Amino acid sequence: MSDPLLRLSGLTKAYPGVVANSDVSFDIHAGEVHALLGENGAGKSTLVKMIYGLVKPDTGRMTLNSAPFAPSAPSAARLSGVAMVFQHFSLFDALNVAENIALGMENAPKQRDLAAKIKEVSNQYGLPLDPYMRVGDLSAGERQRVEIIRCLLQNPKLLIMDEPTSVLTPQEVEILFKTLRQLKAEGTAILYISHKLEEIRSLCDTATILRLGQKVATCTPADTSAKELAEMMVGETLHVPERATGAFGDVILDVKDLSLRAPTEFGTALKNVTFKVRAREILGIGGVAGNGQDELLGALSGEVSSNNTVSLRGSDISKLGPQQRRALGVLAAPEERLGHAAVPDMSLSENALLSAAVRKDMMRFGFVNWGKAKLYAEHVINEFDVRTPGAGNAARSLSGGNLQKFVIGREVLQYPDVLIVNQPTWGVDASAAAAIRQSLMDLAEKGAALVVISQDLDELMEISDHFAALNEGRLSSIRPVQGLNVEEIGLMMGGVHDSMEGAA
Amino acid sequence: MIRLEKRAQPSQFWTFATPFLAVVLTMIVGGIMFAALGSDPFEAIRTIFWDPLFSEQFAAYSRPQLLVKAGPLILIAIGLSMGFKAGIWNIGAEGQYIIGAICGAGMGLAFYPIESVLIFPLMILAGALGGWAWAIIPAVLKTRFGTNEILVSLMLVYVAEALLASVASGLLKNPDGMGFPGSRNLAQIPSTANLEIIQGTGMHYGVLTAFIAVVFAYVLLSRHMLGFQIRLTGEAPRAARFAGVNPTRIVFLCLGLAGTLAGMAGMYEVSGPAGQITIDFNSGYGFTAIIVAFLGRLHPIGILFAGLLMALTYIGGELASLMLGIPSAAIQLFQGMLLFFLLATDVFISFRIRLTSGEAA
Repeated sequence: MSDPLLRLSGLTKAYPGVVANSDVSFDIHAGEVHALLGENGAGKSTLVKMIYGLVKPDTGRMTLNSAPFAPSAPSAARLSGVAMVFQHFSLFDALNVAENIALGMENAPKQRDLAAKIKEVSNQYGLPLDPYMRVGDLSAGERQRVEIIRCLLQNPKLLIMDEPTSVLTPQEVEILFKTLRQLKAEGTAILYISHKLEEIRSLCDTATILRLGQKVATCTPADTSAKELAEMMVGETLHVPERATGAFGDVILDVKDLSLRAPTEFGTALKNVTFKVRAREILGIGGVAGNGQDELLGALSGEVSSNNTVSLRGSDISKLGPQQRRALGVLAAPEERLGHAAVPDMSLSENALLSAAVRKDMMRFGFVNWGKAKLYAEHVINEFDVRTPGAGNAARSLSGGNLQKFVIGREVLQYPDVLIVNQPTWGVDASAAAAIRQSLMDLAEKGAALVVISQDLDELMEISDHFAALNEGRLSSIRPVQGLNVEEIGLMMGGVHDSMEGAA
Repeated sequence: MIRLEKRAQPSQFWTFATPFLAVVLTMIVGGIMFAALGSDPFEAIRTIFWDPLFSEQFAAYSRPQLLVKAGPLILIAIGLSMGFKAGIWNIGAEGQYIIGAICGAGMGLAFYPIESVLIFPLMILAGALGGWAWAIIPAVLKTRFGTNEILVSLMLVYVAEALLASVASGLLKNPDGMGFPGSRNLAQIPSTANLEIIQGTGMHYGVLTAFIAVVFAYVLLSRHMLGFQIRLTGEAPRAARFAGVNPTRIVFLCLGLAGTLAGMAGMYEVSGPAGQITIDFNSGYGFTAIIVAFLGRLHPIGILFAGLLMALTYIGGELASLMLGIPSAAIQLFQGMLLFFLLATDVFISFRIRLTSGEAA
């Protein structure tokens, strides 16, 4: 084989308290799609940041085309032909596509020339994009195209992509893969970060697996089964959640014709959302981020009131606030952990009080019983295996996964009749995610009605009984999960569905 | 190279230590300023911080003044701190203080020359209501029309000052005052006088109210759901909504409470230490209380001590300008430095300083 494009040898980076990468070495060749696989916290991000010049390695060397490569800043990395598409886009909603791209360039050409160039490149790679569209009006998939085209304009030799498919519909994923294969054929190397095993098996030539900051193996994903890859990644045999399916009970939560205006300019309006959830049923709601998930959760939790649309066991609750709904047994766990589901600078006891005050009887005449709040926080910590020194620690001192376990546990252990969760396992490692899913299924088993909103389709297929998708604030028809195929799901998510018969 | 590094948890130690560090830095830089003005810095600092309490010559007069000055500062700062904790920036306590004084004095003068023990409580009520009403204006505008409460409450200070000048030379003018502006002296009328509770200590009813407010605020913030909701609103507005907090209610509560306490402070002042409504009755307590609230870390007990410290710099400052001829603007600068250094040293609570060997970035 020829000389590698990029060679990493013995890269090590330690932060106070953790070794993010320890002695990582591997090669990336021109025209290769190289997967970087690992759980959250395995050290993928740190490794990529070193290649992109955001972080300096403590020890170890990199060579690019056999020449020493030690970028001091992203601009230096870009000059050497390394480009990166981040998981979280750095785009300004109020500017148009061309303006956004110009902002990220070292010496941007004139608007008109740039727009022409954007058109040319976007057509060449099958990523249609109007340079004069305002980014705020674009879908997540289109925003990603802006980022990709920004990179392609620099003719990179190595393109790094961080979890690119997490915001895409299956169809959009196909388009992206076509582009990546075209780039590969032209000799561009791609470093592809993901934890979606099937994607990696279909796209990537080589995979390097990281666990706890160390390289576990480099293998050919096409010759390795998804199960083998997962076990290398997790380092233990996976516990797959199980559930006994019984008959559903009566309708508990009934949502009829829920329409709400967008809360902000860049929010999503809800349009005639209609569904029913019965006891012991889990309704999975899929869809690409930003299609009304937050807004739907807000309308169900009581943060936003509506008019005669949400009823619990036949009685209208759409005017009630969150605390009143909690008293009746309707609980929710929002997606954003810090700042919405929990207060970063408050202790776990205080965060327990946040949503459990009513049902766990933590108040007398408005006075707080801090002893009870602490006991309940400790109960959640024990039951959900939250790793923290104690209930007195601030929420922001917990890792994302542990805080997520706390947030979900806080609601589940109040034994609600209805639980609405948004992205229950986002950013949580595989074993914790399995535990969270199991707890949701157990709750349904006990007779609760659950609405699980998620962007992780595998998760929804695994735990829900019925599936629907949100697209631009509209809910698709509701279908039993059994017998659904990826094609149909993709169409539902894309908004192509037998329109208004959601009440079925 | 010096680098700031974010701490995993806010430092408990620095939360308590920064007010002391800020006082020390103020003394050092203030001392340099006094030296540049031609005064002996050590003598100036001693005159400000030591003499009012312990000098044989002045202490007999100054010591009671400590409570007289600290009372209104603490009372106003307690009210402001509730709003600041919730992220509601009421800058107009000075105006609420003035309106409270006008309403309280107006109530007392309306009964003149009737004598009754009921008049003083009625004056307290009028002062509280006046301050409350003045603070509710920015609350209504904010919740109805989304105006900025900082601007509205501050502008209302100037409206209140104009109103004060008007009533001092019109509506409330002393009919026996030979045409001079200013009301009758309330402190000299038994039914309307805010007297010292214990002779010679400066402890009048306003100071007592301030101490009660400290206890009340402490219990509210640490034990009551309403206090928890106030903190939630300030720290994470979305989480507050999720917890069922009504933001409009919190705005009304915080502004109303601050206005009530500031209005009461104004009423106690006009019926006691000041004695009468005059054109320039207000002396900046409402603004200084903002410094007191932050110096006390928005914590009731902290505010108690911060109020006493601030009062000390007031009295000591007067003494220093009297004895050493330091201009009063320099004293105000000195007080301002205190807040400046406090905010500057606050960085240590969330960050630590790292010295790194100079590797050029």
